[in-house]
Amino acid sequence: MSRIQSTFATLKQQGKTALIPYITAGDPHPKHTVDLLHTLVENGADMIELGVPFSDPMADGPVIQRASERALMHKVGLTAVLEMVKTFRLTNQSTPIILMGYANPIEAIGPKAFADRAKDADVDGVITVDYPPEECGEFVQELRSRDIDPIFLLSPTTEPKRVDLIVSQASGFVYYVSLKGVTGAANLDIVEVSARVAAIRKKTSLPVGVGFGIRDAATAKATAAIADAVVVGSRMVQVIEASTDDNLLDNVATLMTELKTAVDAATKSI
Amino acid sequence: MQLYDMPDARGHFGQFGGTFVAETLVEALDELRMMYEKYRHDPVFLAEFAHDLKHFVGRPSPVYHAKRWSDKVGGAQIYLKREDLNHTGAHKINNTVGQALLAKRMGKPRVIAETGAGQHGVATATIAARMGLECVVYMGSEDIKRQAPNVFRMKLLGATVVPVESGSKTLKDALNEAMRDWVTNVHNTFYIIGTVAGPHPYPMMVRDFQAVIGVEAKIQMQEMVGRQPDAVVACVGGGSNAMGIFYPYIDVPNVRLIGVEAAGHGLETGMHAAPLTTNSPVGVLHGNRTYLMQDVDGNIIETHSVSAGLDYPGVGPEHAWLKDIKRAEYVGITDDEAMAAFHGLCRTEGIIPALESSHALAHAEKMAKTMRKDEIILVNLSGRGDKDINTVAKLANITL
Repeated sequence: MSRIQSTFATLKQQGKTALIPYITAGDPHPKHTVDLLHTLVENGADMIELGVPFSDPMADGPVIQRASERALMHKVGLTAVLEMVKTFRLTNQSTPIILMGYANPIEAIGPKAFADRAKDADVDGVITVDYPPEECGEFVQELRSRDIDPIFLLSPTTEPKRVDLIVSQASGFVYYVSLKGVTGAANLDIVEVSARVAAIRKKTSLPVGVGFGIRDAATAKATAAIADAVVVGSRMVQVIEASTDDNLLDNVATLMTELKTAVDAATKSI
Repeated sequence: MQLYDMPDARGHFGQFGGTFVAETLVEALDELRMMYEKYRHDPVFLAEFAHDLKHFVGRPSPVYHAKRWSDKVGGAQIYLKREDLNHTGAHKINNTVGQALLAKRMGKPRVIAETGAGQHGVATATIAARMGLECVVYMGSEDIKRQAPNVFRMKLLGATVVPVESGSKTLKDALNEAMRDWVTNVHNTFYIIGTVAGPHPYPMMVRDFQAVIGVEAKIQMQEMVGRQPDAVVACVGGGSNAMGIFYPYIDVPNVRLIGVEAAGHGLETGMHAAPLTTNSPVGVLHGNRTYLMQDVDGNIIETHSVSAGLDYPGVGPEHAWLKDIKRAEYVGITDDEAMAAFHGLCRTEGIIPALESSHALAHAEKMAKTMRKDEIILVNLSGRGDKDINTVAKLANITL
């Protein structure tokens, strides 16, 4: 059982929803990233999505794009990100790390070599925004043969037939994108999300995470009631952007505590 | 008989092309692919397209024997396919007419576009005005500064021009921003991509709409000289004008196809936009797999060209394929070489070419010198240079 799968299994026994914060590796500066990862765990992160900076983040809104630009100013690419995960693993062998990014940095290394290096760094899952299942069969095999979970996005526009295709390729969990748009847009419709998540559950026993548009305790709580995992990205990155070196970890801890309390307070309707 | 039959059903040209997009766009692309399949051979649709090309664009564009320039260069005879004479001044309008007709049929009241030099933006704004569609054009803020007259033209035509401040503030960033708009407004919006890049079906569809250039040229060359040219030369940024003129020639033996990329300050300086000529690695950007200018981490690197329309780090996937199967050759022309050809054509033929097209002219000039007087080069003169006079004046330290 992968680390992601066992984490979901444990949370399920406790009747809890996973809280998954997102940060971009190298933002605001590479020297902070490993400390940030530990701070997220200490304040309630069940898993972490670690963004791989990319020059052309087409599916992201301005907040996460700026985070990528800050990281790239310090030349933080995929190789550096894998090194950060290794350093994190020196003192944490339990919290799943999910890399999230775009296809081209993986293409530059090659799918097989990437899978080897991700395994070596003890990465647990990979979300590649612009690798739809039709285009990444080989990559999925490389990941799964190393017990790394390929995690796919489902969107409000995904047809039921495609949901079948996607869940047949996915492992770990599936990630429902709760709105049409880029990361950080603020128009989450919880009633619609709830209906979509219910429809996805009819097609798969994989846990369902929900992200895009979760900005505060209220939306986190409402989402936690219907999902197996709540992903908070742009809000987290905004707090990082607004912080100084001195208050960065405190500010992130404060937001995490607020979100964790909200997620834990949700009454599960599943 | 057409032997060449690419791409495959999912938009692959060998390892190139494909549909590398975020999940939210998959349904929109499926819908577009199905609608395009439905209409690409539909006689009513094609008749309407042909009608607009004739009466609105002014096609067919002539082929012109640049005799004085050929004599001056010395060597092969150079013929020009005059896409510069189209309405709006470039080949870009051919494709926007086709896509706008499709948008109408799909019931999308809003069109968006990305633009570099502004030619595709102007062509989109033009057809949107003509068909009563709302139009939003994304343009890098650097390009907005370089191409002020085209920005004003788009506004006159009723379009909203949105400056893009992210990344390098040029064409690729405008494309990113247009993709973001499309993800968000996919229910009512048709994205008119201006080149033979992007996810399937765009590279195929844009090629098909631009193929009118080569289809006409084949007939015109036969009429004028009784045979086809020895070589066809076109500039390549994303590569739409080149695909348009190459495509009908792919199955014609003994016609060399030559794509000219922007070598900027020189291929050896790294300051260029020539991924094919420099054997850049294969990667994924803007929805397709192709040759891409990138660093070791797979991040896209900044490009340079005097012409905004060639300033793009990738290239359409079909060009990548034609290079690999050795059906087309790709070369680079520097800013300085393009400028020299620009002035040459202005003074000997009374034609002001676009800086993009000047790259093709410069390479034709080089080739012609090595060829016999009875050999023929056909250059796709993809656009006129009126939009570039500020850039040319600035290079010569002249204040207009």
